[in-house]
Amino acid sequence: MHLVLFLIFAGLCLAGAINLLLQSHPINSALSLVVVMISLAVLYLLLGAEFLAAAQIIVYSGAIMVLFVFVVMLLNAGREERTLGSKVAKTLGFPAVVAVMGVLATIILHLQGMGTVAINQGLIPTEELSRVLFHELLLPFEITSILILIAILGAVALARQEGSERRLTK
Amino acid sequence: MTLLEFALWNLLKVVVVTVILLLGVAYTVLLERKAVGRIQNRWGPSRVGPFGLLQPLVDGAKNFLKEDLIPAAVYRPIYLLAPIISLGCALVVIAVIPFGENIGPKGFDLFEVSNINIGLLVVLGLTSMGVYGIALAGWSSNNKYSLLGSLRSSAQLISYELALGLSLVGVVLRAGSFNLRTIVDQQAQHGLLSWNMFGGFQFVAFFIYLMAAYAETNRSPFDLPEAESELTGGYHTEYSSMKFAMFFMAEYANMINVGCVATLLFLGGWTSPFGHLIGPFHSAWINALLSIFWFVFKVFTFLFLYIWVRGTLPRFRYDQLMNFGWRFLMPLAILNIVGTSLWLALR
Repeated sequence: MHLVLFLIFAGLCLAGAINLLLQSHPINSALSLVVVMISLAVLYLLLGAEFLAAAQIIVYSGAIMVLFVFVVMLLNAGREERTLGSKVAKTLGFPAVVAVMGVLATIILHLQGMGTVAINQGLIPTEELSRVLFHELLLPFEITSILILIAILGAVALARQEGSERRLTK
Repeated sequence: MTLLEFALWNLLKVVVVTVILLLGVAYTVLLERKAVGRIQNRWGPSRVGPFGLLQPLVDGAKNFLKEDLIPAAVYRPIYLLAPIISLGCALVVIAVIPFGENIGPKGFDLFEVSNINIGLLVVLGLTSMGVYGIALAGWSSNNKYSLLGSLRSSAQLISYELALGLSLVGVVLRAGSFNLRTIVDQQAQHGLLSWNMFGGFQFVAFFIYLMAAYAETNRSPFDLPEAESELTGGYHTEYSSMKFAMFFMAEYANMINVGCVATLLFLGGWTSPFGHLIGPFHSAWINALLSIFWFVFKVFTFLFLYIWVRGTLPRFRYDQLMNFGWRFLMPLAILNIVGTSLWLALR
């Protein structure tokens, strides 16, 4: 059962990723990315990480991708022109990608085999996750949140500079 | 219980719950028309059946029989997908809502389609996915009213989702779980006094949830996405027949879902407000039916509040809406989290 689900959603994930590259309309690409995010969430769930799966749906497909779609709608981005691409990129690029992927895969397989995560190890409860996050990894967690806070402040500062005349009229 | 039996029981639960939800949607519409009618000093629908009780069925038939127009300039695949996303997300939420005391054999919930650890997160996730339906409907219609309506709506949903999510954190902190059954069980000891809204001192959170939920379901006084006087119909201007009905059903299904979540998180779910003054009775079945009665009663009260508010309050202006969400509700929600955590830590 788990294997069937894994195959379905891994396939969906890959199909979404390829479709994302092939589509020429930004909305279609954004929606393919949503499909990728949701299939990834199912894969997390199959690995027992239920909180991560829910967070993936809420944060990535529910918030970030909605903003993507929102921006595409707001700018009314049209169909992109399809360029034929350079021949060099096609003849050299694809074999190069295959070679790099092959090297990476052999190294990973050589060093640690197929890995030890069994699909059916049961769910990891959220309590356990938060205990690790807020006891053992508290410092990295707080530093990351400060980093994000700085990014937010930076974005606000940049946005303010542009609309400074509007602030004066208020 | 064998695997086949389990599958059949679950199928039965899904069918029954979905049918009840759809009937609930139909009769909430009737309730709204009747109640708003009385608020405006008129009768509301009264011709079809006794007290107009068959009106929703006739409306449904009418929607099926209407011509299904698809304007020439729409972006077809997404235009067709949008109502499906909207209604799908609204209907799936009911799968994680427990609506009665559990009396099934061990490992099987008779009164909940699926009891999962992250029930609350699933509700939030599906709500956040529902935004796509509205956003894509407006964009793919290729119409300025639709686009403006869906832009307003997406901005509004994104803004109020934050306040909504933060207002629930206090409840989760008190229960220590995302499981909706655990959250209800934690409020079950002393009836009314141990509900999160009263005994749990989460009334501020309840207030925030109420406001944010009205905005999330695009209901008055936050119904700017379909403000008739400015935007004709908003994001579903170009939709007709059953496609329009799907958006309409999604809105009412979302209202019922929001009512269910409010009942579970703040009003003690299926527990009686009188605690142990009434019951528990000897028969487990009577207890279970009583618990379902209380649940339905609370959800109904919540829906009535929705309709009452719609009948009495005027619409917000757009900048007021955004200011209210970001400058008032969100800081208040964060204060509530800090307060609840301090109280839990010092207790």
